[in-house]
Amino acid sequence: MSTDLIAHPLLAAALELHPQVALRPEPFGALAYHYGNRRLVFLKHPDMVAVAKALGAHDTFADALAACQIAPARWPSFSKAFASLQESDVVRARIVQEGVG
Amino acid sequence: MSAESLVAQLKTGLDAPICLTWELTYACNLQCVHCLSSSGQRDDRELSTAEAKRVLDQLRELQVFYINIGGGEPMVRRDFFELVEYSVASGIGVKFSTNGAFIDEEKARRLAAMEYLDIQISLDGVDAVTNDAVRGIGSYDMARRAMDNLAAADFGPFKISVVATRQNVPQLDQFKALADSYGAQLRITRLRPSGRGVDSWDDLHPTNAQQREIYDWLMANGENVLTGDSFFHLNALGPALPGLNMCGAGRVVCLIDPIGDVYACPFVIHDEFRAGNVRDPGGFAKVWKQSDLFTSLREPQSAGACASCGAFDACQGGCMAAKFFTGLPLDGPDPECVIGHGEAQLAQLAAQPVAVSLKPRPAMDHTKPPRQPALT
Repeated sequence: MSTDLIAHPLLAAALELHPQVALRPEPFGALAYHYGNRRLVFLKHPDMVAVAKALGAHDTFADALAACQIAPARWPSFSKAFASLQESDVVRARIVQEGVG
Repeated sequence: MSAESLVAQLKTGLDAPICLTWELTYACNLQCVHCLSSSGQRDDRELSTAEAKRVLDQLRELQVFYINIGGGEPMVRRDFFELVEYSVASGIGVKFSTNGAFIDEEKARRLAAMEYLDIQISLDGVDAVTNDAVRGIGSYDMARRAMDNLAAADFGPFKISVVATRQNVPQLDQFKALADSYGAQLRITRLRPSGRGVDSWDDLHPTNAQQREIYDWLMANGENVLTGDSFFHLNALGPALPGLNMCGAGRVVCLIDPIGDVYACPFVIHDEFRAGNVRDPGGFAKVWKQSDLFTSLREPQSAGACASCGAFDACQGGCMAAKFFTGLPLDGPDPECVIGHGEAQLAQLAAQPVAVSLKPRPAMDHTKPPRQPALT
């Protein structure tokens, strides 16, 4: 069985763009620069940029993908790409405050 | 998108540079024999503080994330801290290269207190004999004192920047040990025949056997050692070194020199690679986006004589600056082609009586005149 058929654990996670990361639009997508760890990362597709920007406004990564109209067939590759962005701290887990409001 | 298609995309140029080097002054307390900008004396035409700030304003608008400041010795400028602070406050991080002469205890503390600032101390030998032969008498102690002061001020992981030469390649492990002893990061870059290097390259550049040594060493030390992507010509020896494996000149890289001239990269200070000046109407942004030179560098480049070589995809024909200043055609092999094609071409050039005059000279020379003995 392909591992792609198992939902990626990241899909249920609440993520956000790291506050020290700046995105600069480029023809291929965007450059992300992390002012904290000084890492420069390429977001190699405009859709990745849209999702990265949408993360903070949605409860889960999956919600952000859906909101950006990313076809479910592409979710596994997006999960992989964002897991790697999380490793370089370009995106990070967001602390969701429970029971507020 | 695969890594290859990303590189293909980068070769057509970015909206703003990733790696912008800005040499603040041609003045320097040292006269290193391989100085890529032939620095020594200040140039009267150097940008004023106000002009430099206008350039920084434009870089902020272009969303340049960080700049690499060099020289000359950038700390010679009286407004050095003012410009660095202005840059950082504009959201443009600063990495600056220095010989360390002016990093005393007080300056080290001031530097340690700043955000978004990286420092590279240049050192070309692990002992005074090896280092001072290239960088001048006393320069080893000067650099080590600066490192000690930064360490004492708790600066954090500064960088030790080494230009690989025939004389210091045997010391790679010792450089690493020195960096580790300070908790510093080691940076090793390639020697180019640029600036005063035009005249010292023959004596300093690594032998072909040493190039293999550098490659193996970099492969073994991986991502812990920075290289500024400068050794991609060695990729013809095997699997690719970490990095983009391409010449970024005018595409992702450029140089602003002390008088505001914009060149395709720090190693080609020559009229042929001058794209414009930040004082021109439209400033740096217009030069980056519209200059004829940069536009042409972003078009597909011919592999020329290297087209039939199986290693071309790996080495990309090597470094434009290295070819140019050794008198080799730009669409042919690098003078340090690991397969030996460059060496063969250099030998042919040398056999011609006019060879010397065919080698281009750097655009400017700010070397200090030799001290004249007093007339009696």
